[in-house]
Amino acid sequence: MKTKLLTALLLGTSILGTTGMALAEDVTLNIESWRGDDLTIWKDKLIPAFEAKNPGIKVVFAPSAPTEYDAALGAKLAAGSAGDLITCRPFDKSLELFKKGNLADISSLPGMENFSPVAKAAWQTDDGKSSFCVPMASVIHGFIYNKDAFDKLGLKVPTTRDEFFAVLDKIKADGTYIPMAMGTKDLWEAATMGYQNIGPNYWKGEEGRSALIKGEQKLTDPQWVEPYKELAKWKPYLGDGFEAQTYPDSQNLFTLGRAAIYPAGSWEIGLFNTQAQFKMGAFPPPVEKAGDTCYISDHTDIGMGLNAASKHPEEAKKFLSWVASPDFATIYANALPGFFSLNSTPVKMEDPLAQEFVSWRGKCKSTIRSTYQILSRGTPNLENETWVESANVINGTDTPEAAAKKLQDGLDSWYKPAK
Amino acid sequence: MDTETMAEETRAKRPIRWHVGVFLAPAVLVYTAFMILPLFGTLQLSLFRNIEQSQVFVGFGNFRTLFGDPNWSVNFWNALRNNVWFFIIHMLVQNPIGILLAALLSSPKLRFTAFYRTAIFVPTILSFVIVGFAWKLILSPIWGVAPHLMDFVGLKSFFTPWLGKEQYALTALSLVSVWQFVGIPMMLIYAALLSIPDEVIEAAECDGVTGMAQFWKIKLPLILPSIGIISILTFVGNFNAFDLIYTAQGALAGPNYSTDILGTFLYRAFFGFQLQVGDPNMGAAIATIMFLIILAGVCVYLFLVQTRLRRYQF
Repeated sequence: MKTKLLTALLLGTSILGTTGMALAEDVTLNIESWRGDDLTIWKDKLIPAFEAKNPGIKVVFAPSAPTEYDAALGAKLAAGSAGDLITCRPFDKSLELFKKGNLADISSLPGMENFSPVAKAAWQTDDGKSSFCVPMASVIHGFIYNKDAFDKLGLKVPTTRDEFFAVLDKIKADGTYIPMAMGTKDLWEAATMGYQNIGPNYWKGEEGRSALIKGEQKLTDPQWVEPYKELAKWKPYLGDGFEAQTYPDSQNLFTLGRAAIYPAGSWEIGLFNTQAQFKMGAFPPPVEKAGDTCYISDHTDIGMGLNAASKHPEEAKKFLSWVASPDFATIYANALPGFFSLNSTPVKMEDPLAQEFVSWRGKCKSTIRSTYQILSRGTPNLENETWVESANVINGTDTPEAAAKKLQDGLDSWYKPAK
Repeated sequence: MDTETMAEETRAKRPIRWHVGVFLAPAVLVYTAFMILPLFGTLQLSLFRNIEQSQVFVGFGNFRTLFGDPNWSVNFWNALRNNVWFFIIHMLVQNPIGILLAALLSSPKLRFTAFYRTAIFVPTILSFVIVGFAWKLILSPIWGVAPHLMDFVGLKSFFTPWLGKEQYALTALSLVSVWQFVGIPMMLIYAALLSIPDEVIEAAECDGVTGMAQFWKIKLPLILPSIGIISILTFVGNFNAFDLIYTAQGALAGPNYSTDILGTFLYRAFFGFQLQVGDPNMGAAIATIMFLIILAGVCVYLFLVQTRLRRYQF
């Protein structure tokens, strides 16, 4: 069914494309993507906005299923039938395409100056010299809380770690709500919503992340072990049987109003807005002392690049420059609350929860997840091991120190930082 | 001398039996194309390694990595150990229960046998995805029926989130798998029990062998060949298992790899997972080892067990 639909779609695009060209000599650009969910947003909002300003260029958004995307794209690139514009996954998957010569170097594309180095890092060569995708969106980590529950218990939004644990204690003592909705069954919740969420405050975001890549810091250093110690302290505040609680369980516990705090990624906003019957708020990961610089995980997730074999590179570059513009960012970020534009120009968003998340960019320093760039290329895979060890630390299977040592030993076995 | 020439003549006269080849061809072709060629393809793949975008022959290098590099070998032995435990549970729980159910079903006094037979067999035809998901819900500490039912009979204190605890998860999943597949040994044994001729049973009754003694002394020896077949089916099935673990625990087979079996280990190596890029060559090496383990098991059965089983012709 899916493939049929896909074939029909592809067939449709090719027919439309050729007739379009025959009639008006228009140039048609095809976009490859795995975001089938966004089809209507592209068709109804983004593409018309671009076409209105650029007569003579037609754009077609042709998504494949997420699980098939990488394989399908690889096959199409090899056969020379891939679209002109390619939606980029972050880091190694896109880097590999660039190295094979499938993605063009767009470092000098007008509009790229709108992005910070952190935003561009996901689609750059390791030395940072060439960029090959325009960053489109990122997701931000933090905590979403049940405002009604906080009001009822008379709680204030915590800013420091001591306040955070005091709030958790109060919720627990009251007993109406589960203090925090998180489980360890699916492992990645513990790593992504736990470790990568609170970690940047300890390892000072980019500073620690790049030092780790350079080999100047180790995962056994205090700033990398401390977040595990905090995670271990979360255990008593999680719900009964959290060891077998899955990610959808956690989402439901929170949206049903049974839990007060949810360690979150901003991509939840869309879903939570439709499901939760109570007011929600969000706060960034608490810092140690009031007034400390805060760091947030503002993880680059999706970008767009130029197929090096495109027949219309000039028009495609025009489109990419538009993707890099604040115009695009405004439409995109409002259509998909929780997926934030990486553009340096602030984007006006309607959704209050999304506004809250994005406001942290102003007061905190942004970083990306520590394990994504370079460090997850070997065996054992650092990201996967971080999932397992984060869950182990919360379950009490491993002490924070033992977990950190295992991760560092695994990393040492294949990663030799250039010194 | 005469006889020899005669034999040669008859041989020459016998027409070539084309139909044998014609009738065998579809099966041989299909089996070769879909089983034998991929098998050799896998074996070949396991001897190569991808170095700088091209496949390079490395002999047994991948196997040396698999057994010599602690990053691989620790996971491999862990998966093998778990797999053996998975198999032991099936042998100790699934097959005896299957035999017991078959014995009960074949009792002439039992009513509604057709219903029981169907009800017990139904889970076998369910998809793994349904079974994995249903049991995840049943055992869920938050919405599951298991904690409520146990509370009902006052056993709530014995409930723990089994699927999330390192020490219980694998056993729990093995028992789920037993629940799903107990119908197969039951059906096979049931068929074997039905094929025992009435004369044998009647003769036993004349000799005063009835009830339990009749089962142990007459029926069990007669169904031993079926039990042998079931054991080997269980062995092959368990060492190829993957789906249930994957649907219930995910590809990382948590918590802390405690439910990782050879199938999930192979999956992660071959296809990769999240940021881990798949390595088809290492995956093929693991698949080869799995093939050898199963081959060894089947050989042990064929040469040591089956030749000693006594068959009774009636």
